[in-house]
This record gives sequence, structure tokens and C-alpha cells, in this order.
Amino acid sequence: MASEDIWILGSNMTKFGKHPDEDLVDLASEAAMAALADAGISMAEVGIMGVGSLMNASAGIGQQLQKQIGQTGIPVYNVANACATGATALRVAIMAVKAGETDVGMAVGVEKLAGAGLLGQAGRGAASDTWEPSGRFGAVGSTEGRIGTGIMPGVFAQVGMEYGHKYGGTSFELFAKISEKNHAHSTLNPLAAYQKRFTLDEIMNDVMIAYPNTRPMCSGNCDGAAAMIVVSDAKLKTLSKRQQKHAVKISASVLTTDPYQEACQVLPDVNTLTRNAAKQAYEQAGIGPEDLDLVELHDCFATAELVHYDNLMLCEEGGAADFFESGAPWRDGSMPVNVSGGLQSKGHPIGATGIANIHEVAMHLRGDAGDRQIKGAKVGMAHVIGLGSACGVHILEKSAA
Amino acid sequence: MAAKKKAPAKKAAAKKAAANKAPAKKAAAKKKAPAKKAPAKKTAAKKAPAKKVAAKKSAKQIPFVDYLVLGDRPYLRAQECKNCGARFFDRRNACASCFGTDFKNARVKSAGIVTSYSIVTVGPQPFVSAIVDCGGTSVRCTLVGVEPTPDHVSLGMKVKLTTYSMGKDAAGVEAIGFGFAPA
Ligand SMILES: [Zn+2]
Repeated sequence: MASEDIWILGSNMTKFGKHPDEDLVDLASEAAMAALADAGISMAEVGIMGVGSLMNASAGIGQQLQKQIGQTGIPVYNVANACATGATALRVAIMAVKAGETDVGMAVGVEKLAGAGLLGQAGRGAASDTWEPSGRFGAVGSTEGRIGTGIMPGVFAQVGMEYGHKYGGTSFELFAKISEKNHAHSTLNPLAAYQKRFTLDEIMNDVMIAYPNTRPMCSGNCDGAAAMIVVSDAKLKTLSKRQQKHAVKISASVLTTDPYQEACQVLPDVNTLTRNAAKQAYEQAGIGPEDLDLVELHDCFATAELVHYDNLMLCEEGGAADFFESGAPWRDGSMPVNVSGGLQSKGHPIGATGIANIHEVAMHLRGDAGDRQIKGAKVGMAHVIGLGSACGVHILEKSAA
Repeated sequence: MAAKKKAPAKKAAAKKAAANKAPAKKAAAKKKAPAKKAPAKKTAAKKAPAKKVAAKKSAKQIPFVDYLVLGDRPYLRAQECKNCGARFFDRRNACASCFGTDFKNARVKSAGIVTSYSIVTVGPQPFVSAIVDCGGTSVRCTLVGVEPTPDHVSLGMKVKLTTYSMGKDAAGVEAIGFGFAPA
């Protein structure tokens, strides 16, 4: 499929954080117009749009965005796919280009979450004065706290603890050290919502949310948008030398859901679908984990980052704790992971996240990552997972041009 | 080990064990008890012997969820795929594993080991959420009868099913919840 390669021609993300004076359309427009400028094209050339916003999935954000930056009559696909929403929007654009329906696609992800509380199924509200069964389990009241937990920090805490049960080597301190790494990395990323370095003590003694995840070990709700322009190989050949040099190759683009496993309907299995996505991606790209110069993975919680070292095959099976302790995933290590600061520092505006992590990798491959540049990066991977579940994995390669 | 393990303890200890007994809903908001209502009918179901009496007696109790079967020895009941053996706790259209459509009721073992847990410290009171492997069937639950601190919970810990009263509603129906307690 070499001649069918798809390229990232332009890319942008807004600063993540609080944007009280900008609404979804403002943020999406900012990212989309900057991505167009980065690509050196206009809306007139865009043939399809994939637009993701989880909390406003039914609001027609794509059309609202068109009304703000250019109504050309092209199809818009508004998508929602949990935390993989942004990656799904990008997949839509890529698939349309691959299918030959258009040469240029745009993907945009946007979310406003600053100030939102804990996400996940919390209480079901006030109970009536009679016990009445409802829902698929016929529960007569809220299950939160009575049948375990559905809140995200708790679910992902269990994901990390389960890994510990299976392979050993995990501890509260280990998980906290992962968070220490990402917060340290964030100090070099001006786009991150939080750029504060924490000591290990500070992290472990901060407010406990769901053991073993304390507050700094959880991704932050915030506002932000990210956008990307993708083009076909044929289209790229018609563009300027500068644009060709600037383009980043999408060597693999994969989206998976979770295949049935015992327990997967009891505790979400974030492992199997990630491993499957990674396998397919390595195959598509014709490379292996050893070829990666950097990885952005979905560290919605410190406990999640650990298991994905293993799922993405950055280490041998069961070896995630040793892999971390070796120092490999620090930015000066052998396999830098989340040099952006990860979701724990950069923030997690859900719809934007799955594009922003690809943007981060693309910037390093272009040599445009500023102070946090991983020198000489040629190949990188971006991973995102949404509970439910959906997993996106993309492998990017520096342009040969 | 620079940092003394700490965080959960302070908050947790303060609020003490209570863990499980979730906000046992002001059981008797007595007021305008509108006679007896819907929930009653749903329990009686499977209780083979001693029909009349048993039925009447159990009418006053309702399990917190459909898949908790009350009686002398309460247990969790799964829908088991007759073709591949996969087990589910909700009603089924087909098996998510093999797409089979024939199911039978299966009694889940009441003893198991904790394969994962988290101590949730946000919310009204801390509690231990856990996944318990009951002889090959994983169950999501809250651990009861255990202090919700990292010192008192461990991976691999042996636990067993237990039930407790969640209080009565306005019609006098008592909801029975389940949890797993150290074995
Ligand atoms: Zn089956």
C-alpha cells in the first residue's frame, strides 16, 4: 500500500487548560484554522471533515465549525467514541482519503471540561421511597459504593492493581513515580494545562482520590482543541517541496474495540484491545517497538500508563514495572513516553485528546517540538483509549523528502 | 520508600470502617407509605420448597440486584452460555463470546480471591471496590467487614460472599445487599 500512504499535512492544538472566554466553536476554529495555515491550504480544498466532541456529541459541532470558518457543502461526520473520540474523527478523515472519496480531509477534536467533576457513573440520584429495581441489573439503588465503583479513577486504579496481581512488582510508590515523570516532562511543554514539577513525596501525600491514585496521578479536566489536515500521497506530490518536507507519514492507523474476555464486562479490559491495536499497527507500518523514538500513550491515570507499556509491547510481557524502573520512559531514556507531560499534566479535554497526542508525535518528527524536542526522532506512536471501549493507535514516520 | 504511605489512611481512618453499609437510605421515610408496591412481587421467584409461607416471608425482602439470590444460603446467579460457558450478570440476547443464544442459570462460587481493588476516597465515605475471582468467574463488588485502608486489603486476599440489610422502604420491604468479606 505504499502508494496509498496518507500524510499529515498540517496540525495544531490549542493550549490546554481553562478557556473561560472561548466556547467550543471558538476553540475548534482556532485549532482548525491554525492547522489549515500549517498545511498551507484553505477550506476550499478540504473534502471531508471528521469532528469529535464527546460531551456535545449531538450538537453538530462540525457544522457549527463550518459556519465559523467556511461552508463549502462538504460532508461532516460528527463522532463520539469516549476518550478515543478525537482519534475516531481522524480515522474518519483517513478512511475517506484512503477510499478515494477525497484527497484532503480535516479532523477536529474539541471539548470544554474545565470545572467538571469526576467522570464516570456516579450515584443515580435521590432514591424514591420504595425499593424499585431498574436498569439491566435490576438494582434497587445506586450501585456506586455498593457494588464496587464506576468512577474513572477507581476503575483505572483497579486496572493497574490487576496488573500487579498478575505480574507483581507494583506499588503505590511505583505508580506515583510514573506521575512524577510526566509532571517533570510537562515543565517543557507550554501547551500543557499544568507545568508544575512535583516531588514524589508531594504526589504520594496529595489528596487520595482512589487508591493508589492521588490527585496529581489523575488526568485533569480542561478545555482544548486539536485539528489535523490529512492528504493522499497523490495530492502531496502536487504540493510544494516545502509542504512535502513538512508532511509526516501516517504509517499505521488502527481503531479497535475490546474482544470478549472473561471479566471484561465486570472490570473493563483495556489491555486486549490495546495489544490488538498495537499488533495491527506494527504490522501495517512494518516496524517494531524497537524502532520507536517516542510514544504518547493514554495515561488518564498513573495506574493506566504502567499497563500500556506492556500492551504496546514497549517491554516484555509482565515487565512493565522493571521497564519503568530502568528509566526507559523518561525523556532521556531509551523509550521516551509522554514527553508532552501526558494527560496527567497536559490535561484531558476528551474530544481533543486523541488528536493532540498524534500532534505531539508529529511535532517531534518535524523537529518542531521546541524545548521538549526528542532529538533526531524519526518514528513515533500515539495511543488513546476510551472506556467502553475503543482504542486508537497511530504510528507516524518522518518525511523522507 | 521516602514517602510514608499515607494519603488514604488519614482520610479513611477518620471516617472509619462503615465502608459498606452505603447510605442506607433513610429506610423509613415513613410518611405516606402507599401501601405495598411493585418491588414485592419480584423476590419470591426461585424458592422451591415451602411455597406459601416462604413466598410470604420473602415478599418482605428484595435483593439489591437481580442476580443476587436470597435464601438460607444466598448466592450470585449468572447467565451461563450453554455453548461456551461464558457468564454474564445481565439479561442476554446472545453470548458476547460465541454469539450463542442458549443460557442457563449458574450458581457462582461464593468464595474467591481479590484480583484487584481500589480504595475510593471521594464521596460520602471511603470504600473498597474490588474484583473477586470466584472459581473462574469474576465478580465486581464492594469489600465489607474490612477497614478501607491499604494496610487491611491485599491482592490475593481470600474473601467470601456475604449479605446485609440495606434498610426498609416506605412499604416495609427490606433490600438486601451483598459484599465480600475476608474469609
Ligand atoms: Zn458463548
